[in-house]
Amino acid sequence: MTGVEIELRGVAKTFDRSVEAVAPMDLALRAGGVTALLGPTGCGKSTLLRMIGGVEAPTGGSIDVRPKPRIGFCFQEPRLLPWRNVLRNVGLPLELDGRPRDVCHREARRRLEMVGLGDATELLPAALSGGMRMRAAVARSLVADPDLLLLDEPFGALDEVTRFRLDEEVANLVREKAITVVLVTHSISEAVFLADEVVVLSPRPARIIERYDIPFGERVASLRGTEAFARLQADIYDCLRGGMTEGES
Amino acid sequence: MSRRTGVFAAVWPPLLVVLILLVLWELMVVLFSIPEYLLPTPRAVGRTMIEQWPRLIAATGRTATATLAGFGASAVLGVVAGSLLSLVPLARRGVYPLTLLLQMVPLVAIAPMLVIWFGIGLPSVIVAACIVSVFPVIAGTLDGLQSVDAGLAEMFRIQRVGRIRTWWKLGLPWSIPSVITGLRIAAGLAVIGAIVGEFVGAYGGDRAPLGAIITSALKQNQTATVFAAIGMASALGFLLFGLVNLGGWLLLRRWHASAQ
Repeated sequence: MTGVEIELRGVAKTFDRSVEAVAPMDLALRAGGVTALLGPTGCGKSTLLRMIGGVEAPTGGSIDVRPKPRIGFCFQEPRLLPWRNVLRNVGLPLELDGRPRDVCHREARRRLEMVGLGDATELLPAALSGGMRMRAAVARSLVADPDLLLLDEPFGALDEVTRFRLDEEVANLVREKAITVVLVTHSISEAVFLADEVVVLSPRPARIIERYDIPFGERVASLRGTEAFARLQADIYDCLRGGMTEGES
Repeated sequence: MSRRTGVFAAVWPPLLVVLILLVLWELMVVLFSIPEYLLPTPRAVGRTMIEQWPRLIAATGRTATATLAGFGASAVLGVVAGSLLSLVPLARRGVYPLTLLLQMVPLVAIAPMLVIWFGIGLPSVIVAACIVSVFPVIAGTLDGLQSVDAGLAEMFRIQRVGRIRTWWKLGLPWSIPSVITGLRIAAGLAVIGAIVGEFVGAYGGDRAPLGAIITSALKQNQTATVFAAIGMASALGFLLFGLVNLGGWLLLRRWHASAQ
């Protein structure tokens, strides 16, 4: 399995004919790997992600995604239906695909066990903590066996300890299956920890300032304490800041 | 246990107020020697209610049938119309402003027309109850469907779920709280609609419902009977309102803040 290949050629997005969100951009993403799009708030990185997911059409250029992927989406908010219990929420994408109920439940249960919610299947979202809701959302994004996973600041609303734990779990889940992952984030540490490559974007309109190869193998919690991790983080911070002051002048 | 004390705590203050008002009413009528045909005492009304109980309860049953049928029609039509208006933007812009007419047209004025169209008896009363109570259901349904969480709606769009399925799996359950709110208002209005419909469109005599009892008792200056019938109609409204609340609570208690 080599994974889904994504190639952007001259992709641009302008809203209302005047607000330029993404400047013409060429970018080939790593098949079967994790690419982080890192940029300041409001830089157009979410728009980029939505174009890759086919939710929004670019106003210029083209996006090649081969082979046609099954896409899993995970957003900053968990987006769970409050009247459905966890199991039925996680099984929803399969249900909407018209799969039989027992398949939905079986697959949902499996993913819930993967994210450590095996004992919470019957609970309603209101009974879960913020971290548990996000776990359920991750489980849902994986339920249809996606080969392309799009993460839009998925854990941005969580406290740091929970966020780190979820980052570790997601890093391992996607590496096991060689899923192509595109992660949008404004957190440098999250980008460095999760990704094989970090693409640093400028403030709006988004342009590529720099691309960083992340050479780490297995992502374990102790990685965050290493000097290499800190150095890379500092480099990217300088780059990001440089891009931001440039944008201001 | 705590639930039962909760119900008791909610019920006794209004009951006490009602009791005080009844006592004041009784005192006023006695003190100012108001004749019974103008304003009967609560005790006279109570006596009439007991004396005429078989006739009143049968009348209430007839009015309840018309009210429930009209209310049920409102519930179904309201949800269907609200959903169609939400699904078809052009209809929303073109038709929704016109549904406001349902609010504006005075029922008392069109009730005689209903009798011409549907004849004396149950059908025209049901139509009257439906016409006055359908609008809050339409508005509640439409409000609910138009306020679906944008993130959830996007999730369904991403998966390219069709409009009807999105309505069924997302829009409709999302709208239940505001539909219930609409139904609550419709419950009271349906009783009013039925009574007004019965003023002009019901059989009298042995088959008289509450509205017809009121009109005939008025003609004969039997004011206590009028009040007894009004009391029964109010009780009917309360009952229907309570049923809607109970239904809403059963549907929402597990996931919606309004029922917790």
